[in-house]
Amino acid sequence: MDEPLMLDANAVAGELLELFGMDLTPMVHCCANCGNRGPIGTLRAWTYGPGVVLRCSICSEVVVRWARIGSDVRVDLRGAAYLRMAPP
Amino acid sequence: MAEPLAWQLATVTAIKPETDRVRTFTLSLPAWRPHRAGQHYDVRLTAEDGYQAQRSYSIASPPTRNGEIDLGIERIEDGEVSPYFHDVLAKGDLVEVRGPIGGYFVWEPGLGGPLLLVAGGSGVVPLMAILRERVATGDRTPVTLLYSSRAIGEVMYRDELERLTGGSNGVRVAHTLTREQPPGWNGYGRRIDGPMLTDMLTGLGAEPLVYICGPTLLVEAAAAGLTDLGVAPARIRTERFGPTT
Repeated sequence: MDEPLMLDANAVAGELLELFGMDLTPMVHCCANCGNRGPIGTLRAWTYGPGVVLRCSICSEVVVRWARIGSDVRVDLRGAAYLRMAPP
Repeated sequence: MAEPLAWQLATVTAIKPETDRVRTFTLSLPAWRPHRAGQHYDVRLTAEDGYQAQRSYSIASPPTRNGEIDLGIERIEDGEVSPYFHDVLAKGDLVEVRGPIGGYFVWEPGLGGPLLLVAGGSGVVPLMAILRERVATGDRTPVTLLYSSRAIGEVMYRDELERLTGGSNGVRVAHTLTREQPPGWNGYGRRIDGPMLTDMLTGLGAEPLVYICGPTLLVEAAAAGLTDLGVAPARIRTERFGPTT
């Protein structure tokens, strides 16, 4: 993986806003792989591929990923055991 | 519930060079809403053939100026958006923006401190917004800014940073110039390392709140250096800008 290209989930906060209707970056997630909990903003973002991948900052496994298919967006949240979404 | 954010057409009202490669663009927004220090706006350009390019730029101004924002934008040589801003955009032109965005890499006095801000290159922009917020609110949280640049000509906001430091206002600014230093330079002259971070942590107590922003590799080095020195990862917030230009 090309380390210098890695960003924080911050960088895709606008896309997350479009997908979920709210800013997810301060919301807590739990990594399904290693159990690490923290704000979505701490996930590492990889944006140079065909979609966006957010990886756990502790174990590097994929927590969230999405890709556009035509006008739809396919979101895969299997890497998150849960998201804890606080009211706006 | 607040209105969802939508794209809006902003008008460029001022363009100010900060260094050879960075300019501050002042935008007037029809649907302005107050932002938090550290947030950014997304900018979208649409070509005649419909191709769109989108980038995020940090807000430099404090949220006290109703209706307008300052974005700090560095010209990236083979960039898709920044060259348009630097080479084409003029006062009076319109540009599509969305924001303010970002609820994680933000600071306001309620979040406490003491604060350690670590900036690499144009990563200083959101950290300057944090410093300006602190000044605008009259807050007294002790804050240290460690600002890494390649050479003196690339240092942004020099005069303002000098005015902010000194005295008993609790603001300390340390510069490091990593490639070349002018004659008589008495700041640091190397990349951020353990001993430099140890100096910065002095006087900030046992649990400072840290914000690091800049090229990815600098952010990684600073964050790793601080955790090696005992700062808890949960007290470190990062905004990586990607590869160094």
